Amino acid sequence: MSQIVVEKKVLNENQKLAEELRAKFREHKILVVNIISSPGSGKTTLLERTLERLDKGRRVRLLTGDLQTENDAKRLAQWGFPVKQIITGGTCHLDAKMITKHLEDWPLDTFDMLIIENVGNLVCPTSYDLGEHFKIVMLSVTEGEDKPLKYPSIFVRSELMLLSKVDLLPYLSFDAELAKKNARSVHPGMEIIETSSKGNGLDTWIAWLDAKIKAVKSGELVSA
Amino acid sequence: MHELSIVASVLDQLEEIRKQQPAGARFTKVGLRVGELAGLDVDCLRFGYECSVKDTPWETMALEIEEVPRRQRCPKCANEFRAANWATQCPQCGETETELIAGEELQIAFVEVDE
Repeated sequence: MSQIVVEKKVLNENQKLAEELRAKFREHKILVVNIISSPGSGKTTLLERTLERLDKGRRVRLLTGDLQTENDAKRLAQWGFPVKQIITGGTCHLDAKMITKHLEDWPLDTFDMLIIENVGNLVCPTSYDLGEHFKIVMLSVTEGEDKPLKYPSIFVRSELMLLSKVDLLPYLSFDAELAKKNARSVHPGMEIIETSSKGNGLDTWIAWLDAKIKAVKSGELVSA
Repeated sequence: MHELSIVASVLDQLEEIRKQQPAGARFTKVGLRVGELAGLDVDCLRFGYECSVKDTPWETMALEIEEVPRRQRCPKCANEFRAANWATQCPQCGETETELIAGEELQIAFVEVDE
């Protein structure tokens, strides 16, 4: 009997495709963000309110993932930016192959930012690199303050947490400070922006994205 | 929830390794390394593995899982410590912004071959 030392990532194939995507995004200086949350936290609504505020000349494109329906792509398309729905047909996450396939007919020199809205799920999307610069996790105030403790992996890997639906705080017993403290104990120093569909934090969030787009353009932000 | 796809990725990679072995070589064990922050349930992974190898040439291959706990390093005092997921504060000096150094692994470590 002999032992072969393998020492390879289990998701080697996905990783290879993600690295290819990353190289392309780097070449064309495109900022790519991958937004992840539980179902119903408000990813699509936040994106609608974001797109609504963006100048129509902005070079932004979106990919949105769901198990079924084109509903989200239809909602997002209303704001005038190119959107494609990725229907996973039951798969609980997006992978790099799906992203590669859906980018095939989008010339990469025609946009500065790609927003990927992942399938609503706090677990599985965490494992799949899509070639993005940043994962962004959203937690809504109608969930529990302890979600960062229950699902640490995604909070550890996300650059930013969006605490959504904060306009509802007066009606809930949700302790926003405790939720933030939990997120930062799982991920020390994590950036957090409070948002709502009524407008809270949207300027800060858009400024965050703009700063990252600028950093990608100037070469200051290069994803490894 | 995606443990079955993880098992499928493992078996795909093993198939590639098997092709490079002499004919008749039989894999008797595969070793995986799974970090606490890998987002996988180890029991679920074992169950997914059993279901996936059943009635296939992989059926006699055992699965060994090394679970890797989360560890942090303190940038102030260089202390390295085991951190339960939310206990990332340095126990030595109290620094809160410590760095993750282990716990995200999801790797195939080795395979054992019977020649």
